[in-house]
Amino acid sequence: MELYTLNGKLQTGFNNIFFQIKNTDGTTIDNATAFWIPEMNMMSMKHSCPYSAISKAKNSTSTYMGFIVFQMAGSESEYWELNLNYSINGKDYTIKDRISVVEANRRVVESFQGSDSKRYILAMVEPTAPKVAINDMKAVLYRMDGMMNFPVVDDFKIVIDPRMPGMANHSSPNNTDLVQGTDKMYQGKLSLTMTGYWKINLQLLDSIGTVIKGEKVTETNEGSSIYFELEF
Amino acid sequence: MVNMIRRGSYAWEPFLNGMATERSVITIDGMRIYAACTDKMDPITSYVEVTNLAGATIHSGSASSTGGSTIAGTLDLVRKKGSFGQSALNGMAFTGFETNNKQKIVGGSLNYSHPKFFTDVDFTIRDAGNYRAGGGQEIQYSQFTKYNISAQAGYKIKKHQQIEASLIYDKAVDVGYPALPMDVSLAKALIGSVSYTRHHISPLISQWQSKIYYNDVTHVMDDTERPNVPIRMDMPGWSKTAGFYSMLQGTSNRHDWKANLSGHYNKSLAEMTMFSNTPNEKDMFMLTWPGVQTYYGDLFIEDKYALSDKWNAAFSAGLAVHHNNIDNQFGLQSLRIFYPEMPGSKTRLLKRLSASVRHDAANWIYTFGAAYGERAPSVSEGYGFYLFNSFDRFDYIGNPDMRNEKSASVNASLAYQKAAFTAKINGSYFYIDDYILGRPRNGLSVMTIGAYGVKVYEQLKYATILNTSIDLGYQITKEFLWTGQLGYRRGTGENGLLLPLMQPFTYNSVITFARKSFSADASINGSSSHTRYNPQFGEKGLPAYAVFNISFANRFKFNGAQALTLKTGVENLLDRNYTTFADWNRIPRIGRNFFINLIWSF
Repeated sequence: MELYTLNGKLQTGFNNIFFQIKNTDGTTIDNATAFWIPEMNMMSMKHSCPYSAISKAKNSTSTYMGFIVFQMAGSESEYWELNLNYSINGKDYTIKDRISVVEANRRVVESFQGSDSKRYILAMVEPTAPKVAINDMKAVLYRMDGMMNFPVVDDFKIVIDPRMPGMANHSSPNNTDLVQGTDKMYQGKLSLTMTGYWKINLQLLDSIGTVIKGEKVTETNEGSSIYFELEF
Repeated sequence: MVNMIRRGSYAWEPFLNGMATERSVITIDGMRIYAACTDKMDPITSYVEVTNLAGATIHSGSASSTGGSTIAGTLDLVRKKGSFGQSALNGMAFTGFETNNKQKIVGGSLNYSHPKFFTDVDFTIRDAGNYRAGGGQEIQYSQFTKYNISAQAGYKIKKHQQIEASLIYDKAVDVGYPALPMDVSLAKALIGSVSYTRHHISPLISQWQSKIYYNDVTHVMDDTERPNVPIRMDMPGWSKTAGFYSMLQGTSNRHDWKANLSGHYNKSLAEMTMFSNTPNEKDMFMLTWPGVQTYYGDLFIEDKYALSDKWNAAFSAGLAVHHNNIDNQFGLQSLRIFYPEMPGSKTRLLKRLSASVRHDAANWIYTFGAAYGERAPSVSEGYGFYLFNSFDRFDYIGNPDMRNEKSASVNASLAYQKAAFTAKINGSYFYIDDYILGRPRNGLSVMTIGAYGVKVYEQLKYATILNTSIDLGYQITKEFLWTGQLGYRRGTGENGLLLPLMQPFTYNSVITFARKSFSADASINGSSSHTRYNPQFGEKGLPAYAVFNISFANRFKFNGAQALTLKTGVENLLDRNYTTFADWNRIPRIGRNFFINLIWSF
């Protein structure tokens, strides 16, 4: 059993993860069902993080996939473990192993307490390959209800304000704030007028427009307390 | 008729009838060339050398606009050219020096003619340091170095048939632009053509000339030489043009006619790379001209008709197809940030018409003409992406959805000549529909650090431009001639908007003395104070000025065809510190400048 990601490592934020289950003779299994539970082992406690169900990858018979949103990196003393449970022909199997989760180069996940005193995890999914264009932007939003329970948050809005701190906070036109799509992820449009380092300032609003977290960028306020970063 | 807009010592931009180069068609020997600089640092006129020009053919409005569809007019730079004849080799060498900016000029030419063959080769090198304005203030970043070599050859295939080839290579390095925030480390152009000419084809057709041409311009703009900049940037640009024209000319009866079929293809690309002040951060890159292709085809006819020995009339008409296409995906996606629905290409039809009459009487000549012309938005106006204008300090965004700009114009002149006195009064009036102009757009964030805002090209309902001039001449004695010129323009747009860069009342007055091989002249040129200016474009008012110049020339003859011409003189004799309406960002002009030129011809 081997895990795969697009860049070959697990990092903070949103990770699409693929795996195959192989017999000892190297043939792949195509009739398994599986679920996983990531677990962070901290000095004083354990907690999980947002994760998806596992399904077959598109256009594949034996590759399984899902995603996990790690809100923090692991270290020597505090580390992530992945419990993977799968059943083949009614027989259950369990694997539990340490996984290495490294800090992403740029900020792609925010974990914070909102003005409603609830804890949220917000992670950027797209763009993974940003262009000088209007990019499709995608993010996932979860609430933390206890250490092991992370439900998807519905009907919120994520206001975006992309800026270039290196260019006197230049911003771009024609951005569209993120709202929830049919796949439960939040979707919008992100304009990037040039390559380089961009800071995407965020504000999280609930279904009636109350600001849960984040501040508007103004002449006097250079950036929001929650943001994503992109560099290309 | 022509103002030169100055951004430094080098590459002045010719304004025809008070209008920028987008509104005119400028050609070199009939060839279309597109500048490669987004900041107008390289008007076409900068790629030739004054010393090898025979002249410039200027037509106002769309009259005689063989070069293409235009509003302001056409300017064709005609180079000196050899001719078939007796076997002979002649040439010249010249050198010059100017004290103010230490400009050194060296050049030479060789011309060989033969009954079946001719060739000319000439080269010029100019090198200048910073100039000093009146009063001695050094104008930083006003230096330049320019090399120009040009060659032409003709071969007579048979009687009345000839082919010619021509090549210009022009290279400027280390050119400073004191009025702009950036300089140019390299501007180079390679301009080549081959033409075929046939004379006396039939009683009706006197000449058929066809030319194919190609030119390639590279322009490297950067701020490497500037000590303090908010962020370092490089902005190179490239322009390649291939084209042709095929022109028939003839005379019959009382008609003198011309028909020209022409076309060209251009690709303009410019980019900007900014280097972050934060170490290890990636460079910022964008396309400022997103790889714009222009395909242009044009048919033009003109007929001059002698109604009687006193009345002449002229008509011309042209129709052009203009097609823009953005073939660069990166560039197209960039522009779609502003125009999400924008198609990648656009086709336009450009029409032009003109008619004029001329009446010659005993001492008087009257002319009257009317013209209609259209133009497509330029590459910058249609597709520019964050182009910083250092005069009004706005970033400009092109607008691909604009309609053609249309102009209806009338012009009239009245000339009088009696004995030693000549006078001519000239006027033209342009009414321009859908006048293209950048207007501030709120809610857009500037790209250039320190810019005041963002302007997007839009169209004023209308703008009007009035041009007037008076030319006077008086032959006082056989040796003394006085000439004088007065000029004034007004440009106004919708809602009383004052158009930028309009010439106030300007004048010049020259007395020339000529006896045998010696000549001298003393001149004064000046302007009234500049009060009709528009601060929205960065303009400021200016006081009146007057500048005096004198020069002397003498030609010494030696054996045979050898001669040495010496020219010397001084510009701005009184070292006035002055600035004109045509000075970008109001940089002052050159102070007192002594010059000397030596020309040895053989």
